[in-house]
Amino acid sequence: MDLVIARPEGLYCPPGDFYIDPWRPVARAVITHGHGDHARRGNAHYLTAAPGAGILRSRLGQDIDLQTLAYGERIHHHGVTLSLHPAGHVLGSAQVRLEHEGEVWVASGDYKVEPDGTCAPFEPVRCHTFITESTFGLPIYRWPSQAEVFAGVNTWWRANGDQGKASVLFCYAFGKAQRILHGLDSDIGPILVHGAVEPLNLVYREAGVYLPQTLYAGDVPRNDPLMRQAIVLAPPSAAGSSWMRRFGDYSDAFASGWMLLRGTRRRRGVDRGFVLSDHADWPGLLWAIEQTGAERVMVTHGSVNVLVRYLNERGLDARAFVTEYGEEDDAPTTEPEA
Amino acid sequence: MKAFAQLYLRLDATTSSNAKLEALRDYFAAAPAEDAAWAVYFLSGGRPRQLVPTRVLRELATALAGLPDWLFEESYQAVGDLAETISLLLPENQHGSEDGLANWVEAHLLPLRGLPAEEVQQRLPVLWAQLDRPSLMLCLKLITGSFRVGVSKLLVTRALAQLAGLDAKRVAQRLVGYTDISHRPAASSYHKLIAAESDDEHRQRGGQPYPFFLAHALQAPTEQFDALLGPPSAWQVEWKWDGIRAQVVKRDGQVWVWSRGEELVTDRFPELHGLAQSLPDGVVLDGEILVWKPGATADVLAVQPFALLQQRIGRKTLGKKLLADAPVVLQAYDLLEWQGEDWRNRPQHERRQQLQRLVEDYPLAPVLLSPLLEGRSWHELAVQREQSRSLGVEGLMLKQRDALYGVGRTKDMGVWWKWKIDPFSVDAVLIYAQRGHGRRASLYSDYTFAVWDAPAGSAERALVPFAKAYSGLSDEEMRKVDAIIRKTTVETFGPVRSVTPTLVFELGFEGIALSKRHKSGIAVRFPRMLRWRLDKPIEEADDLATLQALLA
Repeated sequence: MDLVIARPEGLYCPPGDFYIDPWRPVARAVITHGHGDHARRGNAHYLTAAPGAGILRSRLGQDIDLQTLAYGERIHHHGVTLSLHPAGHVLGSAQVRLEHEGEVWVASGDYKVEPDGTCAPFEPVRCHTFITESTFGLPIYRWPSQAEVFAGVNTWWRANGDQGKASVLFCYAFGKAQRILHGLDSDIGPILVHGAVEPLNLVYREAGVYLPQTLYAGDVPRNDPLMRQAIVLAPPSAAGSSWMRRFGDYSDAFASGWMLLRGTRRRRGVDRGFVLSDHADWPGLLWAIEQTGAERVMVTHGSVNVLVRYLNERGLDARAFVTEYGEEDDAPTTEPEA
Repeated sequence: MKAFAQLYLRLDATTSSNAKLEALRDYFAAAPAEDAAWAVYFLSGGRPRQLVPTRVLRELATALAGLPDWLFEESYQAVGDLAETISLLLPENQHGSEDGLANWVEAHLLPLRGLPAEEVQQRLPVLWAQLDRPSLMLCLKLITGSFRVGVSKLLVTRALAQLAGLDAKRVAQRLVGYTDISHRPAASSYHKLIAAESDDEHRQRGGQPYPFFLAHALQAPTEQFDALLGPPSAWQVEWKWDGIRAQVVKRDGQVWVWSRGEELVTDRFPELHGLAQSLPDGVVLDGEILVWKPGATADVLAVQPFALLQQRIGRKTLGKKLLADAPVVLQAYDLLEWQGEDWRNRPQHERRQQLQRLVEDYPLAPVLLSPLLEGRSWHELAVQREQSRSLGVEGLMLKQRDALYGVGRTKDMGVWWKWKIDPFSVDAVLIYAQRGHGRRASLYSDYTFAVWDAPAGSAERALVPFAKAYSGLSDEEMRKVDAIIRKTTVETFGPVRSVTPTLVFELGFEGIALSKRHKSGIAVRFPRMLRWRLDKPIEEADDLATLQALLA
């Protein structure tokens, strides 16, 4: 029996009668993590990993009907044993393990295999069927080490400061921003953040994640000389907006896995692209799939066709799941949170 | 190689001209002359002939990366550049070779050309294993001939000029012909670029042309011309030819023909070889090479379509028949050197006068004097411009009578405007899409367009493809179209997707001709998207009859 099937509302567990990250409102929703394409409004009841509760409430409302589970804690529901395991993607992200009549399925949501210090590291879970994402499912995607990337960011920031220029780094407000904050060398200068970033910092700090001191950019007066030594973290939507004027002369950069390609980097029109993703790269995807020991793999959002074909050629039973996560195609251009 | 790779990264990492200039200066100040010589060559667009066949390169990279062929192809489609794809797929090396650019190019890369495939497959992995990722990508770009970084020749010129304390125009002059295929950069050629000014500089130039002066597009309604340009009497007005821009250099009893890409094309145009006898020494003509109707008298405009000229360029050998069917002329419109003297700093009208005298005094066929147009008002000239299409020209050129002959697109010494006629346009339907290259990588941005094969209302009509285009959309529009293509894909054939036809675009193009190679029987020149016709359903797109009417 299939423990997860694709329905118009989302991924559905028939014996348990609940959905995982549904994209239409349902009665019971298990949420793998708080990014907008996975955690949507309007569900009657939510279940998520305990470290992700703060995020979910801050994004979906304080009054949602939310139940939480510690990582590894098991509950039973209609004969299905459910537990949540770290996915290493963002704070509170989880893989959903389902067991029913000896059959084990794991739905991984989005995941990253390299530990980063801002969330619990990815934990491989043995299963018969593994549901994997494929955002970066092409062999061209191999991430440089985080140390190298952060050294690059810090060097860029310092060099801009030496020239009296602000450093504006665009990144997604939830997850990526905190990961960057965690890796910044706060001795270089003041760290400013956009209004979309600060509330999430608060949630991370409350969860015990160390982040250096940040200032809300709106509190710093225009033309304050402090700006010229500062690094500013802002969501990509701030680019080109009037909000940017306050920084005067600045250098800009974008942090995302997509920045690995020269074409995407140039299309962004920023000075620098830093390759930093909260998704697994190609070797990471293959490693994670192998670790589960699964013989059957269901592939969701990203390079679905490529990964399905590749896994089949390697002797696994791989199939595509049509979802509304990220982009459903082989080469996303709107660049989902990555 | 490492230093040049670092320069590439610095240039690629900024959009500011000043930052690029600084990066170039830093590089040239530190680079050994032999490396700098090659760097100038590549940065100003020089490309050696293909060193390794693409197929060999792909096979080798696929094998080294341990991938199935189809996965290599998928990767290439996502990246949009072969060199970059390979550099991302090969195993990474931590340490890079310290050998310089010149050594890499001369000792390792150039010798690859013409080697048997097995030999290349033995050598390349050894070379690649010596390069860190940035150097590897660069090395691959040099091998595939796809080296490009957002630096203009002018910027290279400025960097060298600042470094050597020279006038940028002097450096530009010395740089002409530097990237020609027959020239091999060496320390000595670099030293010549940056050497102090010498008295006999002018005498040593051999067959070198001058940097071409380029026109700017004029896009304003005619009513504004008086305000923008003053009266027409201040301008020299000519037809804008649709041919190959060229300089004919006659010195020391020899003639050289240079194209705008600063490529030596003398042997492509045997018709011009007689000028070695008929032109006096110390003359440089600027003009346009055109195919002219055989037997036409000099007083009619007998321009033949550009397609014929293209046929001539494409051929390896020029047969008698082709030369008889598609003979060329040079429509001369400027005189840059006279009696061995550089005339570029004399005003336009003076150069024109001397050119006129030259053409009258010497039997110069196939050189024709590009005629001047007269008009008392801009309106009168606009009326004459209306005939452009039927005459086979692209519109008018407006040259300031007092303009000196500048370098490239400079405007400080006078201006040339090209006042082109509006392109042909039709409303066409997008039916296939493919991912693009460069900054359009990963985006479905290269499209095939179709028109209906029968008028609206016909019982069974179909869309026939007639043109491919990829330019003209803003980034924002391109993203939207990309998303629609992904949602409306019907089938994929390798990299190409067919889509449910929903999108209509106004397509512009410069020329139209019958073609046996296209299903529609029609080929258009320089097609591009002028506008996304969000207001038009596909039923209202044009049909073949519209295109056929344009042929007339």
